[in-house]
Amino acid sequence: MKTLMKNCHVVSPGFQEDELYDIYVVDGMIEEVGKNLENEATKIMDIGGNTVLPGLIDMHCNICDPGFEYLEDIETVSRSAARGGFTTITCEPNTDPVIDNKTVVEYIVSKSKSHALVNIYPYGSMSVGCKGKEMAEIGEMFDAGIVGVSDGDEFTDEASFLRNVMLYTKMFDMPVITHCEDRGLSGNGVMHEGFTASCLGLAGMPREAEEVIVARNIILAENTGVKLHVAHVSTKGSAQLIREAKKRGAKVTGETCPHYFLLTEEGVENYNTLAKINPPLRTNEDVEAIINGIADGSIDVIASGHSPSNEGDKNKVFTSADYGISSLETAFSLSYTGLVKTGIISLSKLVELMSTKPAEILKLENKGCIAKGKDADFIVVDLRQSYHIDPKHFASKAKFSPFADWEVQGRVIYTMVGGKLIM
Amino acid sequence: MPLIKKDFFGLKDLSADDIRYILGTAETMKYILSQKNKTSPHLRGKSVIILFYETSARAKLSYELAARHLSASVVDMTSTIQNKEFDSLVDMGQLVDQMGADFIILRHPIAGAPQLLARTVGASVINAGDGFNENPGQSLLDLMTIREQKGGFEGLRVAIVGDLIHSRVSKSNIWALTKLGAEVCVSGPATLISPEIEKLGVNVYYDAREAVNNADVILTTRMHKYSQNTVVLPSLDEYKRFFRIDEALLRYAKKDAIVMHPGPIRRGIEISSGVINGPQCIVNDQIANSVAVRMAIYYILTQIGGAFQ
Repeated sequence: MKTLMKNCHVVSPGFQEDELYDIYVVDGMIEEVGKNLENEATKIMDIGGNTVLPGLIDMHCNICDPGFEYLEDIETVSRSAARGGFTTITCEPNTDPVIDNKTVVEYIVSKSKSHALVNIYPYGSMSVGCKGKEMAEIGEMFDAGIVGVSDGDEFTDEASFLRNVMLYTKMFDMPVITHCEDRGLSGNGVMHEGFTASCLGLAGMPREAEEVIVARNIILAENTGVKLHVAHVSTKGSAQLIREAKKRGAKVTGETCPHYFLLTEEGVENYNTLAKINPPLRTNEDVEAIINGIADGSIDVIASGHSPSNEGDKNKVFTSADYGISSLETAFSLSYTGLVKTGIISLSKLVELMSTKPAEILKLENKGCIAKGKDADFIVVDLRQSYHIDPKHFASKAKFSPFADWEVQGRVIYTMVGGKLIM
Repeated sequence: MPLIKKDFFGLKDLSADDIRYILGTAETMKYILSQKNKTSPHLRGKSVIILFYETSARAKLSYELAARHLSASVVDMTSTIQNKEFDSLVDMGQLVDQMGADFIILRHPIAGAPQLLARTVGASVINAGDGFNENPGQSLLDLMTIREQKGGFEGLRVAIVGDLIHSRVSKSNIWALTKLGAEVCVSGPATLISPEIEKLGVNVYYDAREAVNNADVILTTRMHKYSQNTVVLPSLDEYKRFFRIDEALLRYAKKDAIVMHPGPIRRGIEISSGVINGPQCIVNDQIANSVAVRMAIYYILTQIGGAFQ
């Protein structure tokens, strides 16, 4: 299969912003990039001056398969990812069974090959059953294809255990990815602790619950020398801790999600369970700090934070309702609208946050940019077209969003994975 | 006319005028209650369902009596709720709604439950207490009693002492009193004061004497069981040393200050026996107003409630 994509406005390192390029794809790889290419392509696509970006890579995504297929499965999550412009997604290990051995890794890898439209790389759980007690077979899982070791959004109480995991994981040069929450401090909280929680009469999770663990994990990572990736940073203090660690030369990367720089605790007013997310939505001050962190490089990655729930589990009294957000299909447009259109960062910086950096952290060497010899994973976006977010039409099984009816810009019109047009 | 709403969730959503209007109506109801025949026909042909996920003798009695005085038919579902399955609230609501309920009186241990129920039913939902959020009925009777005793709210200095996090009636009282022009001072152990509560326009003191200083009204809270189960308070013994309303503390307040409590009182811990038995403690006046206030809520909702249009 030889495809020539003509008249592409390419945003990727090494390309001029205002010039048009042609991309020649042979057998799933980029064969040549240049101007006015002439060759024996079997298929020619005229992109018509639309913007072509390297396919987005999601570092934080729950695919719920195996075990929770009623919420999402590999097929639907991959369609949802494709719609949102993600050509590669990862998979949190908190499935059932937990991704804590090579058999489950092999299941995901093989089912992804047969059923998924996009690349899916699983994370392995650091502990058996995500329980934070016994170490999982990290090496075997590494051989089977995991790209990182994660706690599956569970709290690792035992610092000594985490320290051992870090030492051990370092052998495989993979990142350790941690959800930072001290469950003792977050207690029975269901939203950010503060004024809104007080007004609503709901128990809150203080910022400290996140920050104490961010600090602990950074210290452990600095001393063990492992690469630490702090998942879904939501507070000002966490962003600052990562900023300071980086200054000291620590191998720490930070990640956030669009809801943490676009929504505040006020999102849960009227007991809106669609905005019930963990870590919780914080305050204006935190939102500003997250945006500053993105702009100054303290935060390296924007992930979707996709964690499906269903309507029944959301339509409950606030305290009993599920945490979760369906965000694969909104992450790019929201980030583009909220960060690039507002002039906070450039589009190429957004590409770095959503593709180049994730590829670098996960060591996906053939992804994250558009260049000769790289995988032909890219997306075509129409940056002028604005539209309203309509969760009813999500490809994901989780058809809800706190961003419903938001007007956003930057619609993904084509998604290509391995040279194959999938959307 | 104020108060064009289907449901009654709390005092947070009401204006000062709305609250004064309810209190005015409650006075009329109190007058009716003083007659030989207490029954009036305003709710004839209407059904009231009492759906309590938490037990409360007084609240239930007052809502039930109020409904009966207004000639409604009342069904108490409390005993038939099995296992207190909070999650089936939506199903339960739909069931009750399908059977033609006009009012659902909901008391629930989780904040926001009335709002969730109201979204799924046509009946008027009345919040009889939700989690640690609001208990507007109880608050209105406090307000009615204060108004009777003090003539109004403007410029009044009100101290609320005790467990502010878990006391939903205090939350309702704060919303109302700050709108009505009173100066509200709260005091309690730092672990039991809602975070950032000062943004509601109240003054926070950790020394009860400062909160009570020159007060016209002292409201106390029930020490919720949560505040003993967990690690927020060393002991009730220690609590009473700093926050009990006793003769010594009362000396800081105005001479004619009144002391109120939502009941049931832990004698000697929240308020000293001497103060309870003294002239300034008006807990009994409060109870007398509870039925009148609930009648007013029903009456107003039948006048303009969405369920009847």
